[in-house]
Amino acid sequence: MDIFVQIVVAAISSGTPLLFATLGGILIERSGIIQLGAEGLMLMGAVIACMTYLNTGNLALALMAACAISAVLGVVHAFMCVTLRANQIVSGLALTLFGTGLSAYLGKSITGQPVAGAVPKVNLNFLENVPVIGGIFAHLDILTWFSFILVIVLHLYIHRTSWGLHLRAIGDNPPTADVMGIRVQTFRYGYIVIGSMLIGLAGADLLMVYSPTWIEGMTAGRGWIAVALIIFARWNPIRALFCAYFFGALDTIGFRIQLIGSEIPSYFLKMIPYIVTILVLMFLGWRNRNKPSGSPESLGIPYIREQRF
Amino acid sequence: MKHLVKARTAGLALLVLMIVILSACSSSNNNKTNEAANNGNAQTSSDPAATDSGKKLPRVAFVYIGPPGDGGWTFEHDNGRKYMEEKLGIKADTVENVPESADAERVITELAQNHDIIFTTSFGYMDYTLNVAKKFPDVKFMHTAGYKTADNMSTYFGKNYEASYLSGIAAGKMTKSNVIGYVGAFPIPEVIYNINAFALGIQSVNPDAKLDVVWSNTWYDPTAERQAAISLLDKGADVLLAYQDSPATLQAAAERGALAGGNDSDMTRYAPEAYLTNPTWNWGPYYTKVVQSVIDGTWKSEQYSGDMVDGMVGLAPLGPSIPDDVKKLVEDAKAKILSGELDVFSGPITDASGASKLEAGQTMSLENILEMNWFVKGVEGTIPQ
Repeated sequence: MDIFVQIVVAAISSGTPLLFATLGGILIERSGIIQLGAEGLMLMGAVIACMTYLNTGNLALALMAACAISAVLGVVHAFMCVTLRANQIVSGLALTLFGTGLSAYLGKSITGQPVAGAVPKVNLNFLENVPVIGGIFAHLDILTWFSFILVIVLHLYIHRTSWGLHLRAIGDNPPTADVMGIRVQTFRYGYIVIGSMLIGLAGADLLMVYSPTWIEGMTAGRGWIAVALIIFARWNPIRALFCAYFFGALDTIGFRIQLIGSEIPSYFLKMIPYIVTILVLMFLGWRNRNKPSGSPESLGIPYIREQRF
Repeated sequence: MKHLVKARTAGLALLVLMIVILSACSSSNNNKTNEAANNGNAQTSSDPAATDSGKKLPRVAFVYIGPPGDGGWTFEHDNGRKYMEEKLGIKADTVENVPESADAERVITELAQNHDIIFTTSFGYMDYTLNVAKKFPDVKFMHTAGYKTADNMSTYFGKNYEASYLSGIAAGKMTKSNVIGYVGAFPIPEVIYNINAFALGIQSVNPDAKLDVVWSNTWYDPTAERQAAISLLDKGADVLLAYQDSPATLQAAAERGALAGGNDSDMTRYAPEAYLTNPTWNWGPYYTKVVQSVIDGTWKSEQYSGDMVDGMVGLAPLGPSIPDDVKKLVEDAKAKILSGELDVFSGPITDASGASKLEAGQTMSLENILEMNWFVKGVEGTIPQ
């Protein structure tokens, strides 16, 4: 049982940055805009959070700075995709390249400086003696708790409120939404900016909680895994939670298999996350072959009032 | 439709603008810091200035596996470079974050075109350095930690296992759970003989302690190193050592109240209370000597192995939470190594399967140490064969 708890704890700690990025991506894609800039946004969020924290020592300020910089980049993405109706894939890739390069440049002076222990933990000591639950939930940090709350809020928002209905409408059928009096362009701007802020927060979480030192390219492909997770989770926040922790667990499981004295070479164990990604994609593709994909129907199509396609 | 075309053109124009701005950024960066970016556009403006004596100073370049800010391996090489620059009044060029792949050969080739001596500071650069060395017979190549040489290519390293043994004494004394963990980068001899020396050091003071080994399969990836460290802590280890380039293991141990050491550099500043000790490098004097020999024209290809006596290998000061009697024990053993009285790999030594590897009274030759591919008894882990 101990091992189970340890793996769940490790999965949550390495899955939380993925979760934030996936939730942000879901918001953006639900509004009908493809989001491929997660890697760049996460890196920018991380480097800005690190610089702010090292200079001010203020956690809230660091998180706000990470959200602010990714909001600015989100506005750029929104301007390209919504106002200029540029290709959303190209714009997303440009954000990734831009964020990767700029973060490496900005981070040169702070590389290797530790920011350990910056995020306070919520110590629920009364849980300590409860088996399993206590081991998992007694000492999580505030950002992890925030991600739990966010999952529930977003789920209720998307599926249970009229605002959420509007969000789904502009992603599925913007002309109809427009006729109903929903301002498609304005809402798309809003969701891209909010979603980008969450992705920036994912970068800050990665840096402040998971790996407390800035290193060039520290996301190591997590932004792209988040893009895949949006599809695995079929644009649903609750499923996103489980998908993110599943991939978080894959990050750590290789080392544990080494430690129980298996004869599998460690090189093979290192391939686990990538092999599982392919297997899961194949499995989901097969299982859902007769179902609608769950993707917003107008995903990737710019909306222009009164234009026929 | 016209709108759409216009919009696309505008979008494209914006993209081009972004790219132009970006590239402008990176090139101004290059000029300022005299360092090449990761894409390998090696800076070529080093000044072959002549000294007052009329002797031409060599143009020196360093190839790094990570950033100098890694706090460990590359940090120490960069310190060595600065030491050499100060002593000889030379400004060396550096290229950071060069992967151990065909990229390395490209970067080294570009540097070879306008430098006289190039230090390639990672094991994985060996074959690429050799390839380039064959193409540029007039350029001197210095490769770290390898075993291949050529007329114009030397290799240099140090007996850091002596310091690993001393770290083992401290670890063996400090463990309470008798489980000690080791995060190893790659299952290659350099790491394996350090693990073995560490284990022998542990066993010299605490025969009951076990050493668990996990491979991260990376030199520098703090997130992976951290996960590896946490998996060892979860298994009950209370003292860790990491043969990695970053202090991630030490930081992970500090959060759990365990003790740990890193590698390459004194890492006290990352977590003073949790710091054990670890082997350190001091490359500066050697780099100065090598570049001086190029200036004097006396450079010869060699296989150099430094040690604790000549100072290339050192042991970081033990952390503030290590009691004085343990410090004394380590100091005594260090004195014995310095005087030549103590040889780390002296018999009897048996491997993990129980087979005898070295008879009592014998010592292992450097050659055998450098190709070690087995664990001593008491080490738990697997070496992929």
